Amino acid sequence: MSGHSNWPEWIYVGVVIALMVWVGAEAWEAERLVEHVPEGAEIIKVTGQQWFWTFEHEDGTKEIGELHVEKGKAYKFEIHSKDVNHSFNIHDYVILMDAIPGRVNTVWFAPTDVGEHDIQCREYCGLIHYNMRGTLYVEEPSS
Amino acid sequence: MVLELQKPRPIWQIMFSTHHTDVGLLYLISSLGFLFLGGALALAIRAELFLPGAQIIGDAMTFNRIFTVHGTTLIFLFIIPFASSVGNYFVPIMVRYKDMAYPKLNAIAFWMIPPAGALIWLGFADFTWYATPPYSIISAPGPAADMWIFGLKILGISSVLGAINFIVTILKCKHPDMSIGQVPLLAWSFLSSSLIILVAIPTFAAALLMLLTDRLGVSGFFNPAMGGDPIAYAHLFWFTFHPEVYVLVIPAIGMMYEIIPRFSRKPIYSFNSGIFAFVLLSIVGFSSWAHHMYATGMSFTEKTVFMVGTLAAVPASAMHVFNFIATMWNSRIKFSTPMMWAVGGIALFFSAGAGGVANAAMPLDFSTHDTYWVVGHFHLFVMGTIAFGSIAFLYYMFPYVTGRMYNETMGKIHFVMSFIGTVLVFFTQHVLGLYGMPRRIFDYPPIPEWIAMNQIASVGAMIIGVSMAIFLANMIYSSGKGQLANTEDPFGVGGKYYYPFEAKNPSH
Ligand code: HEM
Ligand SMILES: [Cu+2]
Ligand SMILES: [Cu+2]
Repeated sequence: MSGHSNWPEWIYVGVVIALMVWVGAEAWEAERLVEHVPEGAEIIKVTGQQWFWTFEHEDGTKEIGELHVEKGKAYKFEIHSKDVNHSFNIHDYVILMDAIPGRVNTVWFAPTDVGEHDIQCREYCGLIHYNMRGTLYVEEPSS
Repeated sequence: MVLELQKPRPIWQIMFSTHHTDVGLLYLISSLGFLFLGGALALAIRAELFLPGAQIIGDAMTFNRIFTVHGTTLIFLFIIPFASSVGNYFVPIMVRYKDMAYPKLNAIAFWMIPPAGALIWLGFADFTWYATPPYSIISAPGPAADMWIFGLKILGISSVLGAINFIVTILKCKHPDMSIGQVPLLAWSFLSSSLIILVAIPTFAAALLMLLTDRLGVSGFFNPAMGGDPIAYAHLFWFTFHPEVYVLVIPAIGMMYEIIPRFSRKPIYSFNSGIFAFVLLSIVGFSSWAHHMYATGMSFTEKTVFMVGTLAAVPASAMHVFNFIATMWNSRIKFSTPMMWAVGGIALFFSAGAGGVANAAMPLDFSTHDTYWVVGHFHLFVMGTIAFGSIAFLYYMFPYVTGRMYNETMGKIHFVMSFIGTVLVFFTQHVLGLYGMPRRIFDYPPIPEWIAMNQIASVGAMIIGVSMAIFLANMIYSSGKGQLANTEDPFGVGGKYYYPFEAKNPSH
């Protein structure tokens, strides 16, 4: 109990607090940069429903389960849901945003390399949640 | 001494008793029953995920029901009732009172658990342990969903009744010679967790009713088709359940506060810092609930507020770890089974907290949220810390409850296997999450890293499973046929530090 001095504990608590402040500050700074949507980002409307994803480009073309984008461009996803909650996820690009009925959530990305990436649903949405998957194709710019 | 099993009594005498040690025994046996039931479901999940493709569970719906009932069972029917058991046995003794403040209420709080457990198990709902709308309103099949809602409602009431009882027992019934600062840390842990329950539970209780009327179609609180908002539910849910995670963990920490000094043969390093950390956690724990909701589309400011709230609670948890290590430092530790479990639990507590900090840092959470990382994170708490602390305490109180000793070798084997298994399952799951595997999926594409890590996790789970069978055999055999314990000092650490040695139950 009392009777002995407690300075080791104070130092320890100080170190923990300092660590937390550092983690918090770094996270704040990173998130601020990540959330800044570049101007002129092309809008893609993403719709989740049990149990597939639909994508609608600015020019009106629609895709189901597949998404084709061009390397070097910035895209802004507007995420909708037709039924229950889903979560739109391209893990390779750390894109994760819930699709919630009655709301529109946004998130953006700018693919840098040509390639294929998995799209999946990361929020439980019922029977086929495990297979609510799709593919992102990043292609060379057409022009 | 409370030698319940020494002088045989007809079972109904225990069932209809309101004496705190009898109610404690009822809590103990039912919580262990649910530990094994829920654990069996976990093994089924791990077997299913050993390889891609359907393995032993035929279809996705059954799988979804299994993980829902697994989580619900172990949180509400094992962890909480187990803590109540320990509280029932020890809190009255520690505050030197003859019983709980309201013995009948105490028995009622216990007897709400079996019907609630029956509702949950007979219903077997599929909507995960957080029953998120609108899925839970428009999609989840009844009557399972409704039975789950009623089951949780009953458990909530039971928790509140239990909490009131602990608070009154500690604050009002403690011996007049005893100041609140002399109440042992284990009892303090029950005081803090009970206060959290009283503040936290009502929001979820309300949300459950709203969920039910939404399901009946007479309201649309959370149903967007009727103008409601599912996010409102998420706030109500997490306002209860983030603080609730401290309700789960604080008693387990309290149990370690009982064990660590005993087996270190030294008083706790800082009693006051233990109390301070409990109280601090109970308050700051209310400032972080929406760290579960970063990906729901919250604004940058909201996310920042909840990140700060979460990080602010970390020093309080870290203080406990310091206190334990400082107590063990330079002491003559006796590594009996309870001590091994407690020390293992502290190591896992530390790792779990470190992972939690990564979740709290907003940009990182978008990598980890709803992946296996989160499953690994909270299992290092619920299994690695809370189950470890609880099992440590079960071995510790075994001679006290039965008058006999368990088999020490089997206890140690149980620990070593469970510790290895826990590391294999839950550390691996963190990495699996970083590779992007979502949680709550019945099947997965054959990505080589995913397969490898799922297999490591499944093997780890089987190791835990075997160790739990050893544990069960040890408990059953030893409670009837184990060596008679030296009840003055069962672990041979010097009676001075064995609590019940000093304070015998006045009514026995
Ligand atoms: C150092 C202290 C802790 C920190 C910083 C922390 C942080 C977090 C964060 C940020 C999440 C959200 C992760 C996500 O879903 O993306 C989370 C999830 C969770 N944590 Fe912790 N946590 C801590 C302690 C605890 C304790 C003590 C427990 C339980 C006893 C616990 C149980 C849980 C559970 C059950 C979840 C996931 C719930 C779910 O989605 O099903 N955490 N934690
Ligand atoms: Cu889904
Ligand atoms: Cu939380």
